[in-house]
Amino acid sequence: MQNLDDIVARAIGEFGQAHDPAALENAKARYFGKSGELTSLLKGLGALAVEERKAAGAGINAAKVRLEAALDARRAGLADARMQARLAEEALDVTLPGRGRSLGGIHPITRTWQRIEEIFGSIGFEVADGPEIETDWYNFTALNNPENHPARSMQDTFYVDHKDSSGLQLLLRTHTSPMQVRYARMHKPPIKVIAPGRTYRVDSDATHSPMFHQVEGLWIDEHISFADLKGVYTDFLRRFFETDALQVRFRPSYFPFTEPSAEIDMQFADGPFEGRWLEISGSGQVHPSVIRNFGLDPERHIGFAFGSGLERLTMLRYGIDDLRLFFDGDLRFLKQF
Amino acid sequence: MLIPESWLRSMVDPPLTTAELAHLLTMSGLEVESLRPVAPAFSGIVVGEVLTVGKHPNADKLSLCSVDIGKGEPLQIVCGAPNVRAGMKAALAMIGAKLPGASGPTQIKAAKMRGVESQGMLCSARELGMSEDHSGLLDLPGASEVGADVRTLLQLDDNVFEIKLTPNKADCLSVLGVAREVSALTRAKLKAPDIKAIPATCDAKLPVGITDAEGCGRFAGRSIRNVNAKAPTPDWMKQRLERAGQRSISALVDVTNYVMLEMGRPLHVYDQDKVAGGIDVRWGRAGEKVKLLNEMTVDVDGSVLCITDDSGPIGLGGIMGGDSTKADLDTKNIFLESAFFFPEAIAGRARRYNFSSDASHRFERGVDFDNNVAGIEYATKLVLEICGGEPGPTVDVVKKLPDRKPVAMRVSRAQKIIGVPVTADEMADIFTRLSLPFVHSADTFTVTPPSYRFDIEIEEDLIEEVARVYGFERIPANPPSAPAAMRTRSEACRSLHAIRSLVAARDYQEVVNFTFVDESWETDLAGNADPVRLLNPIASHQSAMRTTLFGGLIDNIRYNMARKQSRVRVFEVGRAFLRDASVKDGELTVAGLAQPMRIAAAACGPAEDEQWGAPARPVDFFDLKADVEALVWPRVARFEAATHPALHPGRSARVLLDGAAIGWVGELHPRWQAKFELPQPAVLFELDAAILQAMPVPHPGHPSRFPPVVRDLAVLVDAALQVQALLDAMIGEKPAIVRSVRLFDVYQGKSLPAGRKSLAFRIVMQDTEKTLTDAEADSAIAQMVELLGRRFGATLRS
Repeated sequence: MQNLDDIVARAIGEFGQAHDPAALENAKARYFGKSGELTSLLKGLGALAVEERKAAGAGINAAKVRLEAALDARRAGLADARMQARLAEEALDVTLPGRGRSLGGIHPITRTWQRIEEIFGSIGFEVADGPEIETDWYNFTALNNPENHPARSMQDTFYVDHKDSSGLQLLLRTHTSPMQVRYARMHKPPIKVIAPGRTYRVDSDATHSPMFHQVEGLWIDEHISFADLKGVYTDFLRRFFETDALQVRFRPSYFPFTEPSAEIDMQFADGPFEGRWLEISGSGQVHPSVIRNFGLDPERHIGFAFGSGLERLTMLRYGIDDLRLFFDGDLRFLKQF
Repeated sequence: MLIPESWLRSMVDPPLTTAELAHLLTMSGLEVESLRPVAPAFSGIVVGEVLTVGKHPNADKLSLCSVDIGKGEPLQIVCGAPNVRAGMKAALAMIGAKLPGASGPTQIKAAKMRGVESQGMLCSARELGMSEDHSGLLDLPGASEVGADVRTLLQLDDNVFEIKLTPNKADCLSVLGVAREVSALTRAKLKAPDIKAIPATCDAKLPVGITDAEGCGRFAGRSIRNVNAKAPTPDWMKQRLERAGQRSISALVDVTNYVMLEMGRPLHVYDQDKVAGGIDVRWGRAGEKVKLLNEMTVDVDGSVLCITDDSGPIGLGGIMGGDSTKADLDTKNIFLESAFFFPEAIAGRARRYNFSSDASHRFERGVDFDNNVAGIEYATKLVLEICGGEPGPTVDVVKKLPDRKPVAMRVSRAQKIIGVPVTADEMADIFTRLSLPFVHSADTFTVTPPSYRFDIEIEEDLIEEVARVYGFERIPANPPSAPAAMRTRSEACRSLHAIRSLVAARDYQEVVNFTFVDESWETDLAGNADPVRLLNPIASHQSAMRTTLFGGLIDNIRYNMARKQSRVRVFEVGRAFLRDASVKDGELTVAGLAQPMRIAAAACGPAEDEQWGAPARPVDFFDLKADVEALVWPRVARFEAATHPALHPGRSARVLLDGAAIGWVGELHPRWQAKFELPQPAVLFELDAAILQAMPVPHPGHPSRFPPVVRDLAVLVDAALQVQALLDAMIGEKPAIVRSVRLFDVYQGKSLPAGRKSLAFRIVMQDTEKTLTDAEADSAIAQMVELLGRRFGATLRS
């Protein structure tokens, strides 16, 4: 059987020398083909005696199994090498920039607006918006603003060349508070709503824009107290600025549409505004005359309202120091959001 | 309002530091906006008497003085002030003195000036940080004791509270008012000025009448004869006035201002010899004029209260006195007025004339109607002390005073609104401290507001007082509790934020533009000759309410391209404002105006950022059309060629959804591109936001289990034909097995007959019941070819 071992060794050597599938198949034919060496040996078995034939046949078959295994291994090796070559050839510079359009962004005020909706939405506040050209009644009278109040003057309020159904000049709403009245007249208590939107005042300098944004909040039910206002708004500020290290204080103030009224100030524990009280919102318990204008009975329904400036909240949140950046439309600024 | 701390503490002196006092005021509703010392810190400044003034040997503009400071030898001082003179008393900074400086205190050292030693420095008011006055040395009173500390002498260890009063706190518009508040809050004893009646020493008087008592309810007055109007105002009064922000004018005027600032009682002083006959208070009459103390001449009418004499109006009641009867330095005989004017009769009048006065500021908020005579007596005392004279009898005409109706407050209601069980005892204590007279029975307090309170009319006014004095800081911040009802947005309505995210994801940056625009934008970009206009715009380029968002967006492109941005893509979500007679007053509408929310975008420059992996090409109509289609998805919009004033007439389309027009897409008209100076064409769209918010809830069907057959069909048609017509016909008359028809290629070129274009459609066919045969597919395609041939003269492209 020395002969058989030689054949196997030679064949394995030849398989190893084959560097492509065709050469491998040629090498295979030299052993397994019609006149291949192993085939010839098998053919020669018939000439042997029965006992010898059995032993020789087993030897040849074992050699065949070995060679087929070597062949399969070599085939797999060649395929693998081909794949490796292809992969190497197909390699990219993965550091080249991605293809296609880039991404735009959301205006910082809108970002604040959306976050406020999410925060108040988490405790069940609805969101409402309404007309920006408003009637005198919704903007002033319904909110208990006296007729001679300076806020009504043309030095403070923008009026337009169109009159309302009662003959009074229409105006650009000076706050989002008219939405308190509109929404409350559309819904039954409990009324829990915020109304973010654009507002206007005749004021234009480094710290005032003639158009700006406010968010109004209103919660009316049978027992919503000033203590609840303190709880809700304090919680809101801590969620909005994502810190509990925030001092919030409520101090007595005056607005025609709330009583008691409070100005809300806040103070950061660190950062550029550390230790300074910053006015952040007007608020209070809704005035009984306003509750009546909601179409409700102030004996039964009470609650709070607040109005905060979105520009102010946004500036404090992101450390923006110039109001005008919001309205210039300068992409070099806006692209950062 | 400016309140000097020393003046305040002369009436109430709680054991609080200055800062604590400021905090107390702020937290009770009298916001202290600023707190500043009347002079910055300095030391070592004493009263020096200038003994001699000589010439400096080496400098023309400097003097060489010897100054006595009451110890040792007189000091040799070099001085450059023009007003230095022998005998004057001036502030001298000794060697070692610390003066305020811009960057911390500066220490005075012995120094040679132009070769001559100066043993200190004579100071101006500015050098002491007391004012901006640097015209000369601070001239100290002649009676000042030489060597005395200037800080003590001038009472400079004082502070000024600047208080921002809310309009309801009329009762705090004086030092007394603030002191009353501090006393209530701290329980410190109030020491109000002690006012005694000054008996008449002569019978001088002026007849006084009130014709219109609904405007002027009370008029007290007094004549004083033979005053010396030229007498100087005493330093103590001047100092208080100045620290309270009131310039000293003349002794007589200063006295009236002093009484007003101290007790909140506006007075007016007349030169009685200039008054013709007697005084009557009545409404003005059309055609009447009066020249005021501020030199303005105003026309009056029936809504303005006038003080009149026999010649007509001589002043505006409660607002300002007149020029013709004013007391000046030559006045001998005066008449003091101390009236009560109703707030409604004063409110807004001064503003109408474009000015305000201390008197009108007070009267329109409410002035105590019980201290008229006290004010006269106090002023009389001060006039007699300063100017001398013989007072006549005090006259007091009372016609009509404000009602002070008792106001009831329920303990239970107060507790409910505040959210804290403040006890009835505590409430009683609060009312007592506020000097609000009350009756308490069972659940109710009944309070009668005093004459100086104009802000107590309803129950809530008292609840506010309770909450305020109880202390907002003591009210807990309750975690809110409410039934845990779920709330969600309807699936069939997207939020505007979701739409914004979608637009931003398509590479647009959100902007916020003003809704009032240059009127030319409306004319040019909307063809709108009659926009809603502002009656009082801040600037003419912000005078018209927009009916389209285009103008702002185009301007954003201009702005950014001018700043070297080569690719600008912006969008805005906001309202447009249109006159629309069909709009009625409604829950969220104002009659005559439509105020729809819109979403608009504009793009200019390359379609994509310049990049290695894609050829650069400018953004075009079809890029934005795809954006519109994506925003509307899964609904399908139709686009019809139509002209819009802002857009290129051959490159603009009206967007339709379910047959309704919802907006526009198109290229900016080249004329406006030039006018806005855009270097390249811009493409825009504007859509109605409310319609985009609507989203159908999906109703899916089962996918077919049988394989689809896909066939491409290329036809030649007239080049002018719109693809939409072919698609509509094919969809409208397609055989049942055709699932979809999609245009995938358009070709026009030399290889085609002139005036023809090739359109290639991909047609997908599928049956839900069985596998389609080739024959069935062939037949369906044949039907489509026949249809296109019959309707559009289409021929198969060979």
